[in-house]
Amino acid sequence: MIPSLPRPLWLRAATIFFVLGFLVLLFMPLVTVAVFAFNDAPYPAPPWQGFTLDWFTGNEAHGRTGLFSDEELLGSILISMLVATWVTVLSVTIGTTNAFLMERMSFRGQGVLALLMLVPLVIPGVILGISILAFASRVADLLGNLMGWEAEFLRPGLPLVVLGQVSYIIAISTLTISARLKRFDRTLEEAACNLGASRLAVLGTIVLPYLRPALIGSAAIAFLMSFENFNTTLMLVGADSPLTVMMYGRMRDGATPVLNAVSVFLMVASAAIALALMRGDRRDAQRS
Amino acid sequence: MTTFDLEAKALSKRFATHTAVDALSFGVERGSFFSILGPSGCGKTTLLRMVAGFIEPDGGDVEIGGRSMCGVPPNRRPVNMVFQQLALFPMMSVGENVAYGLARRGVARADRERKAAEMLDRVGLPGLAAKRVDQLSGGQRQRVAIARSLVLKPTLLLLDEPLGALDLKLRERMKIELKQLQAAFGTTFVYITHDQSEALVLSDRVAVMNSGRFEQVGTPQELYYSPATPFVAGFVGANNRIDGQVSAIDGDLVEIRSAAGWTVKARRHGTLKPGDAATIFVRPEVAVLGRSTADLALAEPAAVHQGTVESLLFDGANSAVLLREQASRCEFRVALPQTGRYADLKVNEPVFFSFAADRAVCFGVGSSHG
Amino acid sequence: MAKATASASQRLILWLLLAPALLWLFGLILLPHLDLALLSLRERTGPGEYAFGLAQYRTFFTEPLYWDVFVRTATISLIATALTLLLAFPIAWTIAKLTRGRLSTLLFAVCLIPFWVSETVRTLGWMILLRETGVIPGLLVTLGITEVPIEMLYRDPTILVGLVYTSLLFMVVPLYGSLESLDDSLIEAAYDLGGNGWTVLRTVVIPHASPGITAGCIVVFMLTLGNYLTASLLGGKNSLWFTEQIYTQFITRFNWEQGAAFGFLLLLLSSVMVWTGLRLSGQRFSDVMSRT
Repeated sequence: MIPSLPRPLWLRAATIFFVLGFLVLLFMPLVTVAVFAFNDAPYPAPPWQGFTLDWFTGNEAHGRTGLFSDEELLGSILISMLVATWVTVLSVTIGTTNAFLMERMSFRGQGVLALLMLVPLVIPGVILGISILAFASRVADLLGNLMGWEAEFLRPGLPLVVLGQVSYIIAISTLTISARLKRFDRTLEEAACNLGASRLAVLGTIVLPYLRPALIGSAAIAFLMSFENFNTTLMLVGADSPLTVMMYGRMRDGATPVLNAVSVFLMVASAAIALALMRGDRRDAQRS
Repeated sequence: MTTFDLEAKALSKRFATHTAVDALSFGVERGSFFSILGPSGCGKTTLLRMVAGFIEPDGGDVEIGGRSMCGVPPNRRPVNMVFQQLALFPMMSVGENVAYGLARRGVARADRERKAAEMLDRVGLPGLAAKRVDQLSGGQRQRVAIARSLVLKPTLLLLDEPLGALDLKLRERMKIELKQLQAAFGTTFVYITHDQSEALVLSDRVAVMNSGRFEQVGTPQELYYSPATPFVAGFVGANNRIDGQVSAIDGDLVEIRSAAGWTVKARRHGTLKPGDAATIFVRPEVAVLGRSTADLALAEPAAVHQGTVESLLFDGANSAVLLREQASRCEFRVALPQTGRYADLKVNEPVFFSFAADRAVCFGVGSSHG
Repeated sequence: MAKATASASQRLILWLLLAPALLWLFGLILLPHLDLALLSLRERTGPGEYAFGLAQYRTFFTEPLYWDVFVRTATISLIATALTLLLAFPIAWTIAKLTRGRLSTLLFAVCLIPFWVSETVRTLGWMILLRETGVIPGLLVTLGITEVPIEMLYRDPTILVGLVYTSLLFMVVPLYGSLESLDDSLIEAAYDLGGNGWTVLRTVVIPHASPGITAGCIVVFMLTLGNYLTASLLGGKNSLWFTEQIYTQFITRFNWEQGAAFGFLLLLLSSVMVWTGLRLSGQRFSDVMSRT
């Protein structure tokens, strides 16, 4: 079972075989997507027709719309980034205030609140989406009837998408930031205070720098989660589709390999963020 | 007239279940090394934290440099502290750690970098400003923590058992370094510890603290040779303890008889009368040992006791032998002479021992402040 | 006086920190779900007229399609959770116990990286692999296993593959966490005391890893149940996944009352499962969630 105990040869072989098979399974869909981004054929399907960059650089004149001239797709990437930026800012900010609230304050009902903060993580995304959709509409109707004010941002659209995604991403950033704040050695604060720092200076020079890795990490996670969110977003979109919704629509209708091209970009970008985060984590672990 | 850098006036702090600091008043002279020695839970940490301003006293006042600290927040007190676990900032370089307090005072960057470098020179860490804190050894971190405080030129430096986390060898070396640093800077040090050897070696004056009060304040020599209370006698240095009843009084000397029937004489502390319960303390190095009564070579007449060797406690220069007094079977510890004589004692070997009555001290039981 | 102002500023800080948390939890979680509950209990009695009633829930139980899809969704989610556990456990074990140092870190990273990529992309990959004109049917023909390319999409096993694949990360991470904290010497001791592979697994490893297993299963089940993308793309266009029913009611038919009732039923199912999982393994919700 473990290296220090005798393991029969067949078991070792089986283990290696299993792990290799697992890795193949893991990467097969991704590799497939990437390979067919460069296939010189109108649909992402075998056989291999030769290498082409048409699905990146092609334009109307070629008869093939590549990623760089697909206005609709590029527009949806921009929309996703806009949404993700808002979600990141909101989640990290509220995640930080929540972390301080739960770790540094004590008040009645704190336990209930702590439990409540975990609830969004076990609500299916679709339900988060519809509940916010319905509630926002009711509030908008109410505002319209009572004050004659048409609260457009409460109707399906990007502001609602941001709210929907934020509703559970805050829970994740709260957990990440709280976990780090919990490990903070409070004598460091006393030491800073003892050396003449005011409360604000302690926060700015000691506590926030200490939290920095968690802030960066949760920002990256929030951005990615928002960018990749589908379930909640689908229920709340209006006229402007973020990338995942746009891709979904095209996938149902059968799309050209331009989707593979955009996927290659997503893969490269997410892998880069993931690697950067893991490296950061390791360095952080070595330091402390 | 002496100037006090730290003066406590009827300082008190109680927690829900107990009194941590009980109406303490004391003064620490300018430029001195003052230690507060006590077992864990005696209230010394609470006391230190009240001086630093992290705990609000329930009553009384702290004056630092002649100024009342009532209502002064910790970041505005002319006091700096070396924390038990040092509390160096891990996200900053050594230089930034030392310059931290200066930065909070608004000292310009170039200026504080220069001062930090100078201070690192003075504590024997030249050129380490750019290092990360985790690249330093235990002793170096210690010095950074002290440098970080001293660069602010505090009236008072508080040290909260800073040597506790070090291993034995390093602790011995750091003791000497601390003493030298204090002499070189001339800053008033207030040092708390539960380690009596640290307190004795380092301090000009030591306060022995127990249950929120000072049992005795004095020089290390006074504490060692003339303990004022049984607690001090028991806590400072090794001591043999014999409990019994006063059987006779002869001027300054009293004779007590232990329950098991051993009769011992000692110098009287406070008033005692025959029949009182009393305790005698005898330091192991006060007693002499011999294979025969002649070996004892007593300069003046003293009671000679007989015993057998229970075990030999070899510890280099601190070697001792544990005896059992013949009649009462009481345990008694005698220091072995440095010459190595008697290093060949065997278990169960009969021996004679003796000590001068005026070098043992007798307290009445219950007379904790006699 | 000083104390009074200190506690006043303390209260101010408390409220400043409390405000965003309450706004989030009430504005985006509690009130919307309360509203959803009310919505699901509203009966349309005439144009623009509503009354309190259980019509939506009645429809659910009387219309076999809804009920069937609901049961199907729950069953497939359970199977997917079990399969994910079976697949993830050996991998987590390998990373946590059989490999050391750099290899272990590398393997862990390699297992995680695919999950940083959007689910949409991964599903696109499966579609290209499995559809009639796709890679695998083509391969099967080339190898002579089938004579004509077969359509592998829109079948239950395909949905399972997609769901298990999507969920692996959420199982591997908590399992790895709980297995890594298991001291090797415990296993050695169990062997030394006469255990064999199976008994050690049952009596030492699984009890120790139980919080991780629970956490993984709860999260995987919840995500599978609420999955929309994989189920609808790999499962076809006939809406046989419960979230698709919700979408249809809400967005296509604009029957919010019915959609809300479906949403609540799904939420109920997922809560019951989470609760049962916690009860069966004797874990606490907050402990389990902190592991994911």
